[in-house]
Formats: sequence, structure tokens, C-alpha cells
Amino acid sequence: MTSLVIAEHDNATIKGATLNTVTAAAAIGADVHVLVAGHNAGAAAAAAAQIAGVSKVIHADGATLEAGLAENVAAQVLAIASNYTHILFPATAAGKNVAPRVAAKLDVGQISDITKVDSPDTFERPIYAGNAIATVQSSDAVKVITVRTTGFDAAATTGGSAAVETTAAASDSGKSSFVGREVTKNDRPELTAAKIIVSGGRALGSAEKFNEVMIPLADKLGAAIGASRAAVDAGYAANDLQVGQTGKIVAPQLYVACGISGAIQHLAGMKDSKVIVAINKDPEAPIFSVADFGLEADLFVAVPELVAAL
Amino acid sequence: MKVLVAVKRVVDYNVKVRVKSDNSGVDIANVKMSMNPFDEIAVEEAMRLKEKGVVTEVIAVSCGVTQCQETLRTAMAIGADRGILVETAEELQPLAVAKLLKALVDKEQPGLVILGKQAIDDDCNQTGQMLAALADMPQATFASKVEVAGDKASVTREVDGGLETLSISLPAVITTDLRLNEPRYVTLPNIMKAKKKQLDVFKPEDLGVDVAPRIKTLKVTEPAKRSAGIKVPDVATLVDKLKNVAKVI
Repeated sequence: MTSLVIAEHDNATIKGATLNTVTAAAAIGADVHVLVAGHNAGAAAAAAAQIAGVSKVIHADGATLEAGLAENVAAQVLAIASNYTHILFPATAAGKNVAPRVAAKLDVGQISDITKVDSPDTFERPIYAGNAIATVQSSDAVKVITVRTTGFDAAATTGGSAAVETTAAASDSGKSSFVGREVTKNDRPELTAAKIIVSGGRALGSAEKFNEVMIPLADKLGAAIGASRAAVDAGYAANDLQVGQTGKIVAPQLYVACGISGAIQHLAGMKDSKVIVAINKDPEAPIFSVADFGLEADLFVAVPELVAAL
Repeated sequence: MKVLVAVKRVVDYNVKVRVKSDNSGVDIANVKMSMNPFDEIAVEEAMRLKEKGVVTEVIAVSCGVTQCQETLRTAMAIGADRGILVETAEELQPLAVAKLLKALVDKEQPGLVILGKQAIDDDCNQTGQMLAALADMPQATFASKVEVAGDKASVTREVDGGLETLSISLPAVITTDLRLNEPRYVTLPNIMKAKKKQLDVFKPEDLGVDVAPRIKTLKVTEPAKRSAGIKVPDVATLVDKLKNVAKVI
């Protein structure tokens, strides 16, 4: 029994989601190997070899893997899939994109977004926006899994000394090509890895107000900024800031919800946060039912006051 | 060019489901069912491509119980030209649906298949990618913008950290994200028109597909409840609680 974790990386460093996925793989109880598929990704492969609990790193390097195209990355995984009983991806945009392609080619079902490993073939996963937890058992020979990162602690980035094995990069599918990327620039912590998140909702009213109110609070707390779907749909915040069932799933130490009513789809994305603060002027807002500390107030007054008091 | 759009009948997004007391699943008896919201966006996108003259025919497909016909009629009321139901009472998992869709792709030869990125009931986010793999097509998931020119599509995708744009060769699979479009309202005349549109029904056996589930649900339980905390009267108290009680700042 050996597990393969598909690393999420930017060729230079390993992304945090990989570390949680390694922990999930270790919970299965098998040896853990990590695949780093990229271009000029030697540094990322070296970093993967340091992760505690990893016994081997497979480093596939080539231009075809640079952009992380699903067709090519899936081909790379399939080239070595026969060595493994479990193949785990972080449940990130990249992992979710590639994993089902691998599962379908192997003719196995996929177990999405696991939050707990019960045994090598039995896992827990949330369904219906987290309103129910299903315990599922796979009868397939290979388990293809995506891991909800908030369900597992991060493995230590040091302490491992895995061997790095290089392998040839998969050839290009020829059917898909990368055109460009628009990266949202900011110096804040990544939403899914942040210890503190301040999140804004529709009540902010405009993109200008969203930035004017939320940025000083985020700066003061060293926090990442999140948003409700309503705020993203209205154009107040960038799409990749959306927290919720179909956006990012987060579980920071502190989550401050400002002007967010708390639809079940939003709660699905943040209710595992350690401490939740809700600032909302509607006393009936559902967000108060999950908040540790609720402040019934106009956010345009309360948030600047909070910034001043911190 | 034909477009195939997959639509799933799910519990309406406004319904808060309850776990059955015997932990065998969630109670969906007498609960409002609707088209999966992401699939509505998929149908809308197909219609917009048709209105631009890129697409000639929009075919809506649903897999599942007889009542999925209602979901298909909704798709046809939005504007789909005809519908196909693959009818079965069996539990359908994403791999099985992808195989059924692959069989229909072979039959209909569409230039594009558009699906929602995930269904809001099982939250799997798998079917589109699986279909692309089985049909050996390129994929562009989580789309927020689609432009078709000749035998290629340029698709902007919502990814972690921002947006990325891919160019994919047709035929291809696209899955929709929330910002792709805002679906139109269905009008009464269009609902009436939809009732007269062609709707073909197949069984999985007709398509030669084994839909037996691969993953068994052992039990379904309530998530751990988060108890409501306290209301604080003012910002000063809030800061005090965060510093001295919760100790998170």
C-alpha cells in the first residue's frame, strides 16, 4: 500500500495545501510519495523532500507541465498511477481540475473533499453545503481522493529526507494551451492559509466602500480578505476571495464577518473557524447563530472603531 | 455546431436539508427540487452562443429519475431545442453520469459540452472532467468567460489567486462558474413552447453503460453543531473578548 500526493506548487515553493494533503495520506497508513510535476521545479521538489513523513519525491520536469494544464498533469499522474493504491490531490482549484480526469481514466470513482480518514477505504466528506457528513466506502482498487485542507493539520515542512527521483515529463496533449494569467496582486496571506480572515458582504454597497472599510481592518490584523458570494457577484471583491460552498473553504483562528447575513452556502465555507465574529446591523441575521461574538451595529461605524481600538 | 448541456435535478438551493433519523441519508421527500444552479448557467451560456450564431442546436441532457423530465422542460423553456433523459432509478455517481454523457457525445457529436462545475447536493465537482477524460477532449473548468472562434474556444477560468485563460480545441468540455452569466428568467410563453419540444428517453442499457455505484454511503450524520456565542454591546467589549477570552489577537 503506497499513497501518492500530487503537490500544489509554483515551481519554486510548495503550497500549503500540499502539507495538509500529506497529513491525510499519512492517516491512511501507507508510505507517502509526492509528485512534483512542473517546469524548472527543482526547488519545489527539494522542498517536498523535506516534508515530514514523505518517503519519496517524484519530480517530473518539462515545458508541458509549466502551466499545470489538466490534460498534461493527468497524463503525468497516470504514467505512474499503477504503483499506488491511493492518489490524493488537495481540493484546490488545481486539484479539483485534474483529479477526476485521473479517476475516469483509471475507471474508478473519486472521493471528493474528504475531511477525515476512517480506514484505508472509508472516508468522511461533507455534502449539501456541509449540512450533512457522509461516511463513504470505496470498492475500487485505486482510491482517487481530493482532500479538504481544513480537515487536516499541515505536515511539518522540515524533518523529512526523502529521495528525489526524476522522471520524464508527459508529452503535450496538443488540445489545450495556456494563454495568460491575471493574478490578483496583494501582500496579504493566502485566504486558505491565513490565521485571520476579515470578510465583507453585500452590506458594503460598492467596491470602493469594500476596500475603504475592509483593507484597514485587514492591515491592522495582518489578515487575509474574504467576501460573500453576494459581494463578489456585485463586483465589490475579486472572485477568488469568495468564501463558501462553491468558493474557498476556510478555517482560520479568527473569522470576522462584516455585513454578511450568513446564508447556508456562506456558512459552509467558514463555520469550522476557531473564533467567529459577526458585525451586522440586522439582529435576525443567521450569521449570529454561528458567531462566538456578535456585534449588532452598523459596520460603517463599528469597523473603523474596531480598527482604531486594535 | 451542436452543444450538449448536462442538467441535474437537485434539492433547491434555498432548502436546508435534514439528515434522516436512521442516518441512511438526507430527507428529500416533499422537498422542492430545482435545476442545479450551475447547470442553469450552462444552459444560458449555450443559448448565448446560439444567439451569437456560433451554435446551431442546444441539446439538454439529464440522467436520473422520471421527474428529471421537469428539469429538462425548464432547460427547454430557457431555450434548449430538445431534451434527452437517461432514465434510471439507480443512484448515479459522477463516473456513471460521465459514461452516459460519453455515450451521448458519441451519438450526437457535439462541438462543445457545457456542464455546471459542481452539483449542490453531493458537491462532487467531477462529472465534466471525467467526461473530458473519457471522450479524450480538452477541458476548461470553472469558466467565467467563453469565446468560440472557428475550431477553438478561449476560456477564462476562475482559479486560486485570480483568473487564467486557456485556448482549447473543439470538441471540448467546459464547466461553468458563478460569474459566467446571469441566467434569464423563463417566460410563460416559453414554458408553453417547451412542452411541445422533443424529449427522447433512453435507459442506461440502451447506451451500453453500467451505472453501478462504486462508492457506498455507509451513513450520513449531522455535522458537529456550532453553538451560538454571545452578543457584545460595543467594540471595546469585542476587542477585550478577542484579546483576553478567545486570545486570538
